[in-house]
Amino acid sequence: MNVLLDNLGLYGSAFLGTIELFVVAAIGSLVGGLLLAAMRVSPVPVLRAFGTGYVNIVRNTPLTLVFFFFAFAYPRLAIVDLSFFTRACMALIVYTSAFVCEVIRSGVNTVPVGQAEASRALGFSFGQTLSAVVMPQALRSVVPPLTNVQIALLKNTTIAAGFSVFEAGGIYQRLSEQGYNVLIGLLWVAVGFLILVVPLTLLQRRLERSWSVAR
Amino acid sequence: MTVLYDVPGPRARARNRLLGVLGTVALLAIFAFVIYRLAAAGQFSPRVWEWIQYKAIQLLLLDALWNTLRAFAVAAVLSLIFGAVFAAGRLSDHAWLSRPATAIVEFFRAIPLLILIFILFFGLTQGAGIQITAFWAVVLGLMLYNGSVLAEIFRAGVASLPRGQSEAAYGLGMRKSQVMTYVLLPQAVRAMLPTIISQLVVVLKDTALGFLILYPELLYQARYLGGQGQLGSPILPVAIVIAAIYISMCLLLSWLANVLERRSRRSVKARPDPGAFDPEAPAPEPEPVGTSATG
Repeated sequence: MNVLLDNLGLYGSAFLGTIELFVVAAIGSLVGGLLLAAMRVSPVPVLRAFGTGYVNIVRNTPLTLVFFFFAFAYPRLAIVDLSFFTRACMALIVYTSAFVCEVIRSGVNTVPVGQAEASRALGFSFGQTLSAVVMPQALRSVVPPLTNVQIALLKNTTIAAGFSVFEAGGIYQRLSEQGYNVLIGLLWVAVGFLILVVPLTLLQRRLERSWSVAR
Repeated sequence: MTVLYDVPGPRARARNRLLGVLGTVALLAIFAFVIYRLAAAGQFSPRVWEWIQYKAIQLLLLDALWNTLRAFAVAAVLSLIFGAVFAAGRLSDHAWLSRPATAIVEFFRAIPLLILIFILFFGLTQGAGIQITAFWAVVLGLMLYNGSVLAEIFRAGVASLPRGQSEAAYGLGMRKSQVMTYVLLPQAVRAMLPTIISQLVVVLKDTALGFLILYPELLYQARYLGGQGQLGSPILPVAIVIAAIYISMCLLLSWLANVLERRSRRSVKARPDPGAFDPEAPAPEPEPVGTSATG
């Protein structure tokens, strides 16, 4: 208990760092995933091919490697000098977007073609078909797995700690310098993540149960 | 054809062509910029690619590859066993067995894998005085996390089978363990094989976390080579080569998963089809477990 109480400030700021990283990366990956999904379902072959290639490559790359690129290789390119926080966000966004894209795409594909055909036959425009017919149905099968992806993202933020120490995963290094018991320190980090992840998991299960559509 | 778009008419075709041209131009511009930056930073000069020719470095990388594959193989086998044991525990009728199994599986799924590895490596060494090598810290961490995810996959597989299967087996006078081993598990494993292999891809990807506790796998050696001044600090070329190795290994496994999925979709036997027995039941989709891990 002492390890936690003596270092409350450290834990607080570290978990704040985690949450900050999570929120930025979550918003970024949702936007990126949406763009990629739009590419993957678009009727333009070039964009479709790019979306497919991106998703297949990124999903088969270890996230640690993506971080490795942004942490060590990116500064060599001397494009724009970015802080490590920004680069960590970019690594997480690049990686998570691919998973978000797949969730959105498979969600859109669960909507039967007849739904869109029927709405077109009724004279709906593309925007109306999308917003009034396809999206409301797709959303139900998208949101539960999307929560899953974001939970994975929350847990993945810890990898940033392996490259720098502003984040909850990096607490052990400070504790070790000050001579605290690292095991107990790390167990408190695990508890912190349980507190963050469990409510999200419960929400996800509830959504899955109440939002699942019987087709 | 996807849901969203109708078969294009002449105007839509013209618009799509325009979008195609614009998209191509934009993508080419991005690629050209990356190539230009790489060239401007001197990453294409022969000096930083020289290292590929050295025999000692090739051997070093092969050794690193072996370390990655070794960790992957041991972790994969252990997590399959862990998953099978805990899936059996969760499916047990005895609460004293199923409750702890559920708690353990949920616990290890909720904690970030890296924290788990840190606990095993730094925590146990410095906090409890138990020495664990980097290899075992990575392998055990992967086992606990992916084993828990696999336990969920196995359980979902068994749950997706038609109820008539177990009813018929019980009706033939089989005991619960016999129903499990002879009837339910073989079908469940077959139906879930693609998902199981996708999870193994996650295991392979996550061996890269060993880099963060200085387990000498591919990324670790990449960092080491990239910092060598007398080779021209070739961190970008090394990272590109390592990325190619990782991606091709994972793509190979993913491809296997795809092949199996296509095969099992063709074969009627492997498809869990509850509708044939119980038309009222909603189609129990296996949980999208692939996304719950690091990837």
